[in-house]
Amino acid sequence: MSNVSDNRRMALEIENLVVEYRTHEGTVHALNGLDLYIEKGKTLGLVGETGAGKTTAGLSVLRLVPDPPGVIVDGAIKLNGETIFDKTDKEMESIRGKAVSMIFQDPMTSLNPVFTVEDQIAEVIERHEQLTKEESYVKAREMLELVGIPGTRGGEYPHQFSGGMKQRVVIAIALACSPSVLIADEPTTALDVTIQAQVLEMMKGLREKYDTSMLMITHDLGIVAEICDSVSVIYAGRVIEHGDLEDVFDNTRHPYTEGLFNSLPNLQDRQSRLKPIQGLMPDPRDLPTGCPFHPRCDYAKDICSKERPPKTYRNERHYVECHLYNSENIVEGKVINR
Amino acid sequence: MSETNTNAPLLEVKGLKKYFKTRRGMLHAVDDVSFKIERGKTLGIVGESGCGKSTLGRAILRLLEPNGGQVLFEGQDVANLNAEQMRLKRRDMQIIFQDPFSSLNPRKTIAQTIGEPLKLNKIITDKNKRMERVLELMSIVGLAERLVNTYPHELDGGRRQRIGVARALALNPKFIVCDEPVSALDVSIQAQVLNLMKELQSSLGLTYMFITHDLSVVNHFSDDIGVMYLGRMIEKAPAEELFANPIHPYTKALLSAIPIPDIHYKMERILLRGEVSSPIEPPNMCRFAPRCNDCMEKCRTSEPALVEVSPGHFVSCFLASDEVMPV
Repeated sequence: MSNVSDNRRMALEIENLVVEYRTHEGTVHALNGLDLYIEKGKTLGLVGETGAGKTTAGLSVLRLVPDPPGVIVDGAIKLNGETIFDKTDKEMESIRGKAVSMIFQDPMTSLNPVFTVEDQIAEVIERHEQLTKEESYVKAREMLELVGIPGTRGGEYPHQFSGGMKQRVVIAIALACSPSVLIADEPTTALDVTIQAQVLEMMKGLREKYDTSMLMITHDLGIVAEICDSVSVIYAGRVIEHGDLEDVFDNTRHPYTEGLFNSLPNLQDRQSRLKPIQGLMPDPRDLPTGCPFHPRCDYAKDICSKERPPKTYRNERHYVECHLYNSENIVEGKVINR
Repeated sequence: MSETNTNAPLLEVKGLKKYFKTRRGMLHAVDDVSFKIERGKTLGIVGESGCGKSTLGRAILRLLEPNGGQVLFEGQDVANLNAEQMRLKRRDMQIIFQDPFSSLNPRKTIAQTIGEPLKLNKIITDKNKRMERVLELMSIVGLAERLVNTYPHELDGGRRQRIGVARALALNPKFIVCDEPVSALDVSIQAQVLNLMKELQSSLGLTYMFITHDLSVVNHFSDDIGVMYLGRMIEKAPAEELFANPIHPYTKALLSAIPIPDIHYKMERILLRGEVSSPIEPPNMCRFAPRCNDCMEKCRTSEPALVEVSPGHFVSCFLASDEVMPV
């Protein structure tokens, strides 16, 4: 196998990203040294609960973190090897929608209600490609067909479509200029389960067709199992466990990841009692010292409240940030009882 | 008091209908739904947006007036009670709402919200005694005593939903409609609230109707499960039976669509065509026919009845009913 850290194989690299929201009520520490990378053509799942920093991570890649109050304090983001923090606003405009696109969570609010759906798709195409107006509308209707909506409906307004179809329109806009990186922020959370199945199936197909690299932001481990190649589990603005699917699902090491799995009702064993994680997500304005998970952790030791744990690697890709592990016991596991 | 038959199911719903008048005609939100819930059991109701599951819950409590049918609570038809009788009956029948952000009054403290049913029903008129009961309820649902004077905006979703649970418990009800009580919560918090509700059920002997769109939650929580589609109950069975042996093509597709958090679990996914059709003036045909992969000629001309295909397992589909009752 080739070297994983080879830049040319990376679609997206985020290194030590620190983002704060400086508000009147205090500084919200949204991201606290986030590391993330996606290989070309692969899909990474970013999993975590409300307030973990998932959406801020996605917005940072497009440089869309609202400023003020958002401040990017430290870190670097490379998109296809290019550092995006060096770009001018003008350059960013041609990157957004072309090199990287985002699908937002709520299709009800991410479409403009006073423009037809083909207007909204053609707008992206006109901005990025050397096409006439007519040509971009033809392409817009092709995009609609691609996501399973008859092209003849292009002249209709968002309110004339159902939730699932609106999300298809949003996906058509995001894919219109075949971006190399697609950021999907909870793309199916607002949809019903049978419609979610349709949309996920469609996204899988399109991803292969365009060889798109994808960042799938979600709270649903079931979706990760279905569509992702690797997973990063985020807690209080840091990735606390990362690895390929088999690593994280079958060789879970971090107590928080364990807690997430145990919180889910098991379809095979319906009588088992759920084992929730105790306590609540920490307030990002006032994060615990040391490991941010230690107040909720069943295995916390003295050191956990004092020092932030370093990365401990189980194999070339799979690592955790947890004081329970050293280079020996991480291989065998059995430190936590899943 | 009225006669209380302890052998009868706690709740029996017969042919319940709730229609809404719209400009384009009658919207059949709940159309001829019948079921029973035994004492101390949980009936899960699943279905997708717009299938009528929330309307069903509200029509049972008469938060929405039904257009037809009967709701027998301990053998007594609550649909015929006058306003005063209904108000008394609601002490036994409570509801927990979906959204802990909009179902609490932002201008009332926790103590006021939980104490309100006690005050309105004149159960505990003495202020100090009422406060004792409020604190007791708070400890039952796991809310710290120090939160007694806080307002909803100061609390997270999990704690707010615990207030909703405490308020529903205040009058010692026998039956609670739980309308998507955990769907606004994160998974780790969701598990905390689900465990709490299960503990309360066994310690207080509660009967639940648990409405949700989340099939793994309903499976975990329910004794029986009813599946709704466009206002109709299309399949009902004991939870294990439903998951092991779904019969209706919609139930099969619904179950196959659940993303399973296990990378070794492989399931043939049944993809449905199109989307739910309109509930306004539905034609006389199987309501699922336009999306059904097994649709036959007669599915488009008549509607199948809900028939019992094996003990406790009811299905409304011609594929199943033809085997039981050949034409």
